[in-house]
Amino acid sequence: MKISKTIYLFFIPGLFLYSIFFLYPTVSALFYSFTDWDGLSDTFQFIGTQNYERALTGDSVFRKTVGNNMKFMLTVVIFQTLAALAFALIVLKNTKANLFLRALYFFPTILSSVSVAFIWSFIYDPSLGILNQILELLRLDFLQQNWLGNSDIAIYSLAITQVWFHAGQMLIIFVAGLQAIPEDLYEVAKIEGASKWQTFSKVTWPLLAPSATIVIAYTTIQSFKAFDLVFAMTGGGPNNSTEIIATYIFDVAFRSYNFGYASSISVLFMIIIATITFLQFKALRSDRISY
Amino acid sequence: MLFRKFSLAVYALLILIPLLMVVLTSLKTLQETFRDPLGLPADGFKWSNYSAIFQEQTMAGYFMNSTIVTLFSVALTLFFASMIAYGISRLNNWIGNLLFALFTLGMMVPAQVNMVPLYSLMLDLNLTNSLLGLILVNIAVTLPIAVFILTGFMKTLPKELFEASTIDGAGNWQMYTKIALPLSLPSLSATAIFLFVMHWNDLLYPLLFITDNAYKTLPLALLDFQGQYSTNYPMLFTGVIIASAPMVIAYVFLQRFFVAGMTAGALKG
Repeated sequence: MKISKTIYLFFIPGLFLYSIFFLYPTVSALFYSFTDWDGLSDTFQFIGTQNYERALTGDSVFRKTVGNNMKFMLTVVIFQTLAALAFALIVLKNTKANLFLRALYFFPTILSSVSVAFIWSFIYDPSLGILNQILELLRLDFLQQNWLGNSDIAIYSLAITQVWFHAGQMLIIFVAGLQAIPEDLYEVAKIEGASKWQTFSKVTWPLLAPSATIVIAYTTIQSFKAFDLVFAMTGGGPNNSTEIIATYIFDVAFRSYNFGYASSISVLFMIIIATITFLQFKALRSDRISY
Repeated sequence: MLFRKFSLAVYALLILIPLLMVVLTSLKTLQETFRDPLGLPADGFKWSNYSAIFQEQTMAGYFMNSTIVTLFSVALTLFFASMIAYGISRLNNWIGNLLFALFTLGMMVPAQVNMVPLYSLMLDLNLTNSLLGLILVNIAVTLPIAVFILTGFMKTLPKELFEASTIDGAGNWQMYTKIALPLSLPSLSATAIFLFVMHWNDLLYPLLFITDNAYKTLPLALLDFQGQYSTNYPMLFTGVIIASAPMVIAYVFLQRFFVAGMTAGALKG
């Protein structure tokens, strides 16, 4: 059936805005990454790959931010995925109590990151904070910490906050994935006398792989983008120990006015995310089974 | 079984205690908070923080800005994205596929990648310190995810419906408004909620483009409170409650839709 040519008009408004405010800046990031532009003056010079050389060999802060991002990402991916899966298995059935609990666990997702940042800054506060007070109550005083002020652990404190923020959302995705597994597969497993672990590893897990892929990929991307949380809780400190790539780009661009260099880090950031996402999809796709 | 119930309760408390703490602290004075951060106020709850924050800050203005930016961003993103989704799902040729790829590619690019050139573009276009500027950027940034979700849905609509109405002489605009949109309502509402949460809570773009108090949205205003009130948590939490109120109220009533919407966004993003 022939479709009227007027259909092309439907793309115009969206494509127009998308090109100007998304595609153009994204492509310009690549362009500026080869310049020494400061973001303010009218002129700039092409300096070849100098920015990239600086980022990859000469900038110890950048190296540190990549490391911090990895620590943050791994902590969030491991804890959030395991917690979400474990709790999804418990609240799987659609009983009234479970529906209520799922809604409660999901709740933090609707808050703004600035709100979450304030809540957790208070929890972590060395003198006022609830965390140190609970540790004191439990006579675990020796564990008390300046949770955001100690450069060895601050990034992990932030990662835990991120898990609190988003685990509920991942839990819901797992519930949806688990509920899609046909009931009769479990019955067969039962008749065959499979143990609980066998049922999980041979039935649940292989069929859950698509949701797991989504959860892990989404969590990874989210943890690279945790800009707001870091910005509002520590601002990257102490000693750059919580500086992640996203906040570092902001600092280089808007505090040091080095737009060219910030652009080259943006491009590297893009490459890192694309690589990790690609590898994850490859790794997780390979053990997909269909019954 | 007991262990399961115990774990569920612990997780529930991990969510509830911080939330109760926020409400409680907003009803205490700073002195009471310093004396006993977690205890109940000695002489009853106080609303003084609420009246103070409305006196010291232009809360109504921030509220208005957030409302305007969120409503226009959500409505226009939905409008433009559903038109694109209709176009792609009807075309079913290489142009449609190319456009679909072009938009979905955008979901992979984190906002921080293009914020630097975007900032200078907004300066050139005179769109900083402007709600219109925020709305335009919001639309461009959330189009990819909205196009992705809506196209996926519209592709499942039966072709025969459109073919029959073409014979009846209906044009694309009629088919879009009379068939595609009404039938996509579940998908549209899920996307709307996802966008609503995203735009209401967005910090990055206001942080980049807004410096004038008159145009600040709630998340940015909250961040500023941190600079002004430092560790005056009673005031900060009062701000948190006011800024989150619309979202929380909506969540209580539309919980099921929220869960569906936010998950659709995640599943497809």
